[in-house]
Amino acid sequence: MKVLVAVKRVIDHNVKIRVKPDGSDVDLTHVKMAMNPFCEIAVEEAVRLKEKGIASEIVAVTIGPKAAQEQLRAAMALGADRAIHVHTDERVESLGAAKVLASVVDEEQPGLVLLGKQAIDSDNNQTGQMLAALTGFAQGTFTSKLDVDEQGATVTREIDGGMQTLRLSLPAIITTDLRLNEPRYAKLPNIMKAKKKPLEVRTPEELNVSIASNISLLGVEPPAERPGGVKVESVDELIEKLKNEAKVIS
Amino acid sequence: MSILVLADLHEGQLAGMTGHVMAAARAIGGNIDVLVAGEAVQPAAEQAAKLDGVSRVRVADNAAYAHQLAEPIGALLVALADDYTHVLASTSTTGKNVLPRLAALKNVGQISDIIAVEAADTFKRPIYAGNAVATVQSADALKVITVRPSAFDAVAERAEAAAGIEAVDLVADNRQSQFVSEELAQSDRPELGGASVIVSGGRGMGNGDNFRLLNGVADKLGAAVGASRAAVDAGFVPNDMQVGQTGKIVAPELYIAVGISGAIQHLAGMKDSRVIVAINQDEDAPIFQVADYGLVGDLFEVLPELESKL
Repeated sequence: MKVLVAVKRVIDHNVKIRVKPDGSDVDLTHVKMAMNPFCEIAVEEAVRLKEKGIASEIVAVTIGPKAAQEQLRAAMALGADRAIHVHTDERVESLGAAKVLASVVDEEQPGLVLLGKQAIDSDNNQTGQMLAALTGFAQGTFTSKLDVDEQGATVTREIDGGMQTLRLSLPAIITTDLRLNEPRYAKLPNIMKAKKKPLEVRTPEELNVSIASNISLLGVEPPAERPGGVKVESVDELIEKLKNEAKVIS
Repeated sequence: MSILVLADLHEGQLAGMTGHVMAAARAIGGNIDVLVAGEAVQPAAEQAAKLDGVSRVRVADNAAYAHQLAEPIGALLVALADDYTHVLASTSTTGKNVLPRLAALKNVGQISDIIAVEAADTFKRPIYAGNAVATVQSADALKVITVRPSAFDAVAERAEAAAGIEAVDLVADNRQSQFVSEELAQSDRPELGGASVIVSGGRGMGNGDNFRLLNGVADKLGAAVGASRAAVDAGFVPNDMQVGQTGKIVAPELYIAVGISGAIQHLAGMKDSRVIVAINQDEDAPIFQVADYGLVGDLFEVLPELESKL
């Protein structure tokens, strides 16, 4: 079974972000970028499926500027066999990304598509669900356990208050949650090998997809600052403050 | 304007989050319908009819909608959406699972996790784990929106139903997914999403057993118990207790963070709480920068003392 795995280039999760002085967007110049952590989990799961003999080929795909090829090389160093870079310098919203991916799915005909449940920049949590709707494939979001066989996939999903298990038909779209697996680190020889793996560059136009969006970003501001608090010396003082100053306990 | 709100359900009853989403709908303004979809959901529909501002409750009561599976609920929303300018749901796992399907099938964008309504087409939403707030505007004819419940005060509940309840007879076909089972955590404590007091533990708790120290304090305060991602990753407690960017976003009256260092991703989930207390051995922990009251100390001494004195 062919497995398609989508990856996104985002700001490194350890970097503290800054809003541009003109309030137009977040400042990403000279900021360390990395693969979205949830996409790393998706790549890891694809590699494990290949190790189990279920996946026959892993194709990594990304949408974005030329620099996003770094994340495709990273995916190939972890075990993806080849990669597709859909090149655009435009801002891509979730619907545009889902349309591009649907077009790639149409060409590649994978049995399974793995995506992170959300990207840590836009925090939208939309693309996988939109892709499932556009392709008509079964949808398994927020997955913490995945078992795939010839007939279908059994997924355990993180839902409010607990877990839900579903049986999905194939092909299926799976979005990953944190506890699905713990991603490995790429080994140096594999990083070298990944440089020689095939990477195909496409454009949304070639794929016949419009990524234009009707949602516009009017501005970005820093969140409201919390005024600094005080240190208390003892449990007694804490209880006294909570009762008499903050009035949150009685 | 004409708005459809997808109700959240909890064991056949209306979940509290729906009242918060109603408040966002009222801020947009116009006629507001609530859709209750599920199996044996008449009680939830009756509760929804009592929410302030509801014009009409539409009930799709069918086995096809049991367990809130994405494919049939999405198809139902697509079938009903033509009557509306806005479709709203909460950022519950159901809202997040279903609403993007509606947006994609209607070829419109979705605006996720709004925290403020600026105008009927303009909203504020947190990005980058809440380290920035974006103002976005939608020019789509249909606005598909998920709402962060903690950012809006719930509408009042009336003693008597004021809205009519109408059945929706559409039955959506689903050949892609099948329900197998559900494991819901049983707890006598309030749910994280709706609790007015939350006591959370982090990696500093050391192991899962030590969470009973938090439980003792939580019982005295009628509080819910949460955890940081570090505590979940370490296997101390299940993921549904996670507060943070990738877990639950909460804003209680009082949030007590114990043994939590205060990673960006945790702060994103709780920094809008009204009063924050931090208890940590490390006086340089970033959590103290957002805490109204910080207590530097050994949690294994502080927690039993706190429990006995409350």
